[in-house]
Amino acid sequence: MGDLSKGRIIAINGPLATCEVDQGREVLQNEVAYVTCQGASLKAEVIRVRGRQIDMQVFESTTGMIVGNEVTFSGELLSATLGPGILGMIYDGLQNPLTHLENEQSFFLKRGQYLNSLDEERQWDFTPSVAAGAVVKAGQYLGSVPEGLFKHHTIVPLALRGTWEVIEIMPAGPYRVSETIAVLKSTDEGREARVTLKQEWPVKMPVRAYQERLLPNRQMLTQCRLIDIFFPLAEGGTACIPGPFGAGKTVLQQIISRYAEADVVIIVACGERAGEVVETIREFPELEDPKTGGSLMNRTVIICNTSSMPVAAREASIYTGITIGEYYRSLGLKVLLLADSTSRWAQALRESSARLEEIPGEEAFPAYLESRIAAVYERAGLVQLSDGATGSLTVIGNVSPAGGNFEEPVTQNTLKVVGAFYGLSRSRSDQRRYPAIDPLISWSLYLRQMKESLAARCDGWVKLVEEVHGLLYAGSDVHQMMLVVGEEGIGLDDLITYLKSEIVDAVCLQQDSFDVVDRATSLERQVADFLLLMDMVHHPFTFENKEKARLEMTALHNRFFQMKYCPFKGESYLKYRGEIESMIAGQGAESPC
Amino acid sequence: MLTEHSHIIRIQGDIITVPARNIGYGELAQVKSRYGVSLAQVIRLKGHDVFLQVFAGSRGVSTGDQVRFLGRPMRVAFGDALLGRIFNGSGEPIDNGPDLTALPKIEIGGPSVNPVRRVIPRGFIETRVPMVDVFNPLVESQKLPIFAAAGEPYNDLLARIGMRADADVVILGGIGLKYDEYLKFRHAFEEAGVISRSIMFVHTASDPVVERLLVPDMALAVAEQFGVRGKRVLVLLTDMTAFADALKEIAISMDQVPSNLGYPGSLYSDLASRYEKAVDFEGAGSITVLAVTSMPGDDVTHPVPDNTGYITEGQFYLRKGVIEPFGSLSRLKQLVIGKVTRADHGVIMNSMIRLFAKSREVEQKLAMGFDRTEDDERYIRYGKLFYERFMDLNVDIGLNDALDLGWKTLSECFRPEEVGIKQEFIDQHWTKDKLCEI
Repeated sequence: MGDLSKGRIIAINGPLATCEVDQGREVLQNEVAYVTCQGASLKAEVIRVRGRQIDMQVFESTTGMIVGNEVTFSGELLSATLGPGILGMIYDGLQNPLTHLENEQSFFLKRGQYLNSLDEERQWDFTPSVAAGAVVKAGQYLGSVPEGLFKHHTIVPLALRGTWEVIEIMPAGPYRVSETIAVLKSTDEGREARVTLKQEWPVKMPVRAYQERLLPNRQMLTQCRLIDIFFPLAEGGTACIPGPFGAGKTVLQQIISRYAEADVVIIVACGERAGEVVETIREFPELEDPKTGGSLMNRTVIICNTSSMPVAAREASIYTGITIGEYYRSLGLKVLLLADSTSRWAQALRESSARLEEIPGEEAFPAYLESRIAAVYERAGLVQLSDGATGSLTVIGNVSPAGGNFEEPVTQNTLKVVGAFYGLSRSRSDQRRYPAIDPLISWSLYLRQMKESLAARCDGWVKLVEEVHGLLYAGSDVHQMMLVVGEEGIGLDDLITYLKSEIVDAVCLQQDSFDVVDRATSLERQVADFLLLMDMVHHPFTFENKEKARLEMTALHNRFFQMKYCPFKGESYLKYRGEIESMIAGQGAESPC
Repeated sequence: MLTEHSHIIRIQGDIITVPARNIGYGELAQVKSRYGVSLAQVIRLKGHDVFLQVFAGSRGVSTGDQVRFLGRPMRVAFGDALLGRIFNGSGEPIDNGPDLTALPKIEIGGPSVNPVRRVIPRGFIETRVPMVDVFNPLVESQKLPIFAAAGEPYNDLLARIGMRADADVVILGGIGLKYDEYLKFRHAFEEAGVISRSIMFVHTASDPVVERLLVPDMALAVAEQFGVRGKRVLVLLTDMTAFADALKEIAISMDQVPSNLGYPGSLYSDLASRYEKAVDFEGAGSITVLAVTSMPGDDVTHPVPDNTGYITEGQFYLRKGVIEPFGSLSRLKQLVIGKVTRADHGVIMNSMIRLFAKSREVEQKLAMGFDRTEDDERYIRYGKLFYERFMDLNVDIGLNDALDLGWKTLSECFRPEEVGIKQEFIDQHWTKDKLCEI
C-alpha cells in the first residue's frame, strides 16, 4: 500500500478523536493509527469512516491533544503478537507487558509507551519437525520450542492462506522470536513467506486454522462441586456467571482459575478492580500447580485493563485475551479463558457508541451488542487440529448486571449464546451459602451433552444428578411452605425431604473457598462423596416425630459437614464416613446424640 | 503562552463555547465575567470550537466576556503545609490561614497506578465498631462506600471511623455538604485532635455545581502524593451521589445520550477512576477511601449505588441507624481475618451471621402468628443479644473482646452441633455448660 496515510485531528471528545485524512488516501476499518500529542505518540483504532472524516477511539488519555495534531495510520489492524513466552506474562489490554513498564521506576502508567509483547532477546531451543519440501497449511507444525512444561509448537502463520511448500527450515538450535526459522513458498502464487517463532493476528478476527470444530463432550473439571456435579462445563464450552455485586463472582473465578484442570489459563481482568488482579499477580507465582508441581503462574496469562485504565483499551482486552487463547488452542492445548467482567466490556462499547452519537438500543447499549457478544463466545470451542489432536478453548464470562437484575441486555444476550449459566443469587450470598450459584435457576446444557463420558463415573450418573436436583427443588418448595404454614403445618415426609435437601446443600453445594481441604475437590472424591450422599438421599428414614427427625438428621448433617473438611481418605475422613454409613444402616436403633 | 478570547458563541447549562485555536483537551481557562472570575475546563474540541465547563457556573457570563486559556490542566497546591488546612471546591483556602501560593503544584486526575506496582493489602484498621471489625473489617488501601438513605447518620459514622482509624493523614472531601455537616466534621476532628493531620476540601451545597467534580480529584491527588511519600492516608468522601449528579448535569448539557435515569454511560468509568486511586504502593504508603453514597429512595439498584457497588471492595449498608449485617461486605476481609486477626475470627463471623439470618426468619414466622417452638425461642433470644451486643452503633469494643463476646453469645443460645463450626474451634473456644434453658 506504499507509504502510510496521514491525517490531522479535527475534533476531540473524551477518548473519541476525529481526524480528517488526506484526500485520496486509504483507511481500513479497525486500523491502528497513532496520534502525536505532546511529544508522545498515542495508539488509536479507527471505528468509523465518514468520507474523509475518520473517528478513532484513542487507547490513552487525550488530555493535551489539540486540533491539528498529526495522525499516522499504520496500515494494520489491531493485532496480538503470538509466540513462545506469553505464558506467565501480565499484559495490559493492548498486550504491553506491565512488568516491563514497571522497570521505569514509577508507580504510574505513562501514556504512549508501547513495548514488545515478547522478549526479543530471549533465545528458544528450536527443534524442526518437518523437512524442506513438505507441503503445509496454516496452523500446521514446523517444529517446536519448550515453553515451561509444554512443547510449544511453531506453527505455519495463521494468516497464510492456501498450501505452502517448505523451502528452507533452520536446523535445531537457539533462536530469538524474530529470527527466521523457515521459509515457505505458496504452491499457487509462488509468493514466499518468512516464518519466525512469533506471528501477528488481528484480535477481532476468529482463528479458523483447524480441521473441524467438534461437539464439546468432555468435561472441563473445575474442582468446584456445584459446577462439576450439577452444572458441568464442557471442554470448549462457554459459561457465564451473572450476579449482583457482592455475590462472589470474582472469588468464584479466582477459585476456578486456580484449580481448574486446564493447560493454560488466561485471565482477562476487564474493567474490574485493580486489587483483585494484584492478588492474582502476587499470589500465583507462589502457588503450586497441582498438576505439574511448578508455579501456577507458568500456565497463566493475565490481561489486565482495570477500571481506571483507558476505556477504549478495555474493549480491546477481551479480544486480545481470546486471540491468545485461540493461539494456544491451535498448539493442541486445553485453554480456559476467564473474563471478568463482560459487562464492563459492553459498557465500553456503550461509551464509544454514545460518543459516536449512534441511535441507542436498550438501556443505551448499541444495537450491535448482541452480535458482538455472540461473536466473542463463539470463538470458544473444541477443535480437531491438522495432526488429529484436539485443542480447546473454554470461556467463562462474568456478567455484572445493573441492579442485579438478570433481565438487562448484557445478561440476556449472553444467555442466548452460552452453554451453561451459573446464576449467583443475593439470597444465597446473604445466607453465606457460597459459592452462591443458585441451583434453582442455573443450568448447563452440557450435563446431557456429556452423558456418555459422565457415565464412566458410575452407571446412570446423570440420572442421579437430576434426582438430587429434583430433591433441591422439592426441599425449596417445602421451605416455602414452612414459611407460610409453619413447621407444624407440614407432614413428617416433607420435613425429611427438606432436611435431606439441606444436607445436600450444606455438604455438596456449599464449598468453603478459604479452607485448604474444601476449596478444591478432586474428581475421585466428588464421586465417592456424592455416592455416599446418594445413599442418604435414597434411604427411607423413619422417625417417630418431627422433633426426633430434626435431632437425628442434624446429627447426620453434622457428620457430613465435618467430613467435608477432612483430607480425603485420611483417618478422620474415614471415621466420619464410617459413622455416616452406620447411622444410615442402623437408623432408628439409637439416637447418636 | 496565554491567549485571550472574547467571543463566547454558545452558553448552555454550565458549558460555554468559544472559538479558539491550539487549545489542548482538558486545558484550563479563566472566565472573567462582571460577577467574578471562574476557572473552566476544556471538555470537548470540535473544529475550532472549544467547549468549556465553567466551574462557578455560567450564570452571569456574557457573550462578550473574556476567556483566558492557561495552557495547563487543573492543578492543586501540595506540601506538608496543607495539613490542618481547609479548602473550598476550587482549591482555595477558606480558613484564613497563611498563603500557600509558594507551594509546588500538582496535576489532578493523573494516570492510574501500574497494577504490578501494587501490593496485596495486609493492614487491618481497627475501628472499634463491632459490625465493622468482626463482620466486615476495614483493610488498608480498601475503597468502601457507606450506602444510606437520606436521614441516616452516615456522616456521624464516617467522622467516627475517620477519627479513630489509625492513619497518618486524613483527607476529607465534602461534596455538596450541608454547611452544618461541615461544621460538625470540623468540630469532631478538632475535638479528637486529628485536625493537625487532616486536610479538608469542602464544597458545600450552596457552591456551584461544577465544582463538585473537582473535590474528589483534588483530595485524591493530594492523597496520592502523600501516599507515594510513604504516608498512610485515609480519604473520606461524602457524598458521592452528589458527585454523580454533577456528572449527569454536565452530560445532559453536552447533549450526551443518557444510559440510565439520565446518568451518562460513562458513569461506571468516571466513578472507578476516582475510587481506583485507593492503593497500597509497593514500598511506600497507602490510600484508603471511605465514601458515602446516599441512596435516593433507599434503592440500591439506583445507578449510583449500583455502579459503586461493582467498583468498590464491599459496602456498608446503614439502615435504621445500624449497619446491616446482610449485604454489608468487606471484600478484602479475607486478607486479614485469621491472618492478622485471631484464628477463630473467620468461623465466628460466618456462624454468627448465618444464625442471625435464621433468627430473622424465625421472627418473620412468628410475626405471622405461628406457634413458638423451643428452637424458635433460642433464635429469638440470640437475635436480641446480637442486636444489643454487636449492631448497636454505640457499642465501643475492640476486636478481640468482640470475638470473645461472640463465643459467649453463641454458647448462651445454642448447642455446639447446631452452629456449624469445625470441631477444633468448638473444642478451643466453646464455653461449656452455658446453654440457657428457656
